[in-house]
Amino acid sequence: MGRIVVDVMPKPEILDPQGKAVAGALARLGYDEFGAVRQGKRFELEVDGEVTPELLGRAREAAGLLLSNPVIEDVVNVSADESADESADDDAVVS
Amino acid sequence: MRVGVVTFPGSLDDQDAARAVRLAGGEAVSLWHGDCDLRGVDAVVLPGGFSYGDYLRCGAISRFAPVMEPLIAAAKGGLSVLGICNGFQVLCEAHLLPGALIRNDHRMFVCRDQRLSIERTDTPWTNQYQRGEEIVIPLKNGEGGYVADDATLDMLEGEGRVVARYVGGNPNGSYRNIAGVSNEAGNVVGLMPHPEHATEPFFGPDPRSGTTGLDGMRFFTSLLEKVAAA
Repeated sequence: MGRIVVDVMPKPEILDPQGKAVAGALARLGYDEFGAVRQGKRFELEVDGEVTPELLGRAREAAGLLLSNPVIEDVVNVSADESADESADDDAVVS
Repeated sequence: MRVGVVTFPGSLDDQDAARAVRLAGGEAVSLWHGDCDLRGVDAVVLPGGFSYGDYLRCGAISRFAPVMEPLIAAAKGGLSVLGICNGFQVLCEAHLLPGALIRNDHRMFVCRDQRLSIERTDTPWTNQYQRGEEIVIPLKNGEGGYVADDATLDMLEGEGRVVARYVGGNPNGSYRNIAGVSNEAGNVVGLMPHPEHATEPFFGPDPRSGTTGLDGMRFFTSLLEKVAAA
């Protein structure tokens, strides 16, 4: 089992109200060293077998079509999740 | 005059939109998101609500519903389409309209009677209004902030494609107070406030506020006028 990670962030010039809310909450909790927060999204796409360049290409296509809206967001990462196999082992141990 | 109203899973205002169509003298035709054809309608309303639970982004999943394929093709061919609130978000996600709608800048849901100025009056949805006319219709959204880059905003203003602007304060952080925009031809209009909720006495904005409470009706009678003239 392989896994592809897609990370999407709001464009820098677009207001990020969720990030602002989180920054406010952090400051209230005493974490005032974090001046600004921007909140994005992480998608994990599972594939059968190894992550191939073709599959990464398909993931990039899907990221541009559905997972992000290019008007307000940037796809900042599409990559194979190298820890995918390990976490599958972890699951086996837990169960 | 047959006006399709699409119901997505999570649509909220489809019945009100259909009712507004009937009150205006048209025939409302229910379209299901899973339909692959538009049943020969003369126009389509994409209603408000929270289609697909607003998951991923508002309108992002609805935009790929089966009914959207013929709808997008027909809209590009000139079919009159009005997207209200969630419908506006769907039209932006489908790239039939430029820009996008994001969470209100103040991060709260807003629900109130909203003053608007109508700025584009040559569309099938607004030809019964006067340019610059102020109307009051309900506004209710959590993610109604209209955003686009400066070049797009300049283009929209330069080409006269801003259909309506907020008056008396910006309720959701929309850039340049934009409440509604159109495509270049004007047949596709997206609007964040709800004209369908201001089409019947005592069910819309409070008449004691100095308006009739029926200011939304002309979005739907405009359509009949346009089709009659065509």
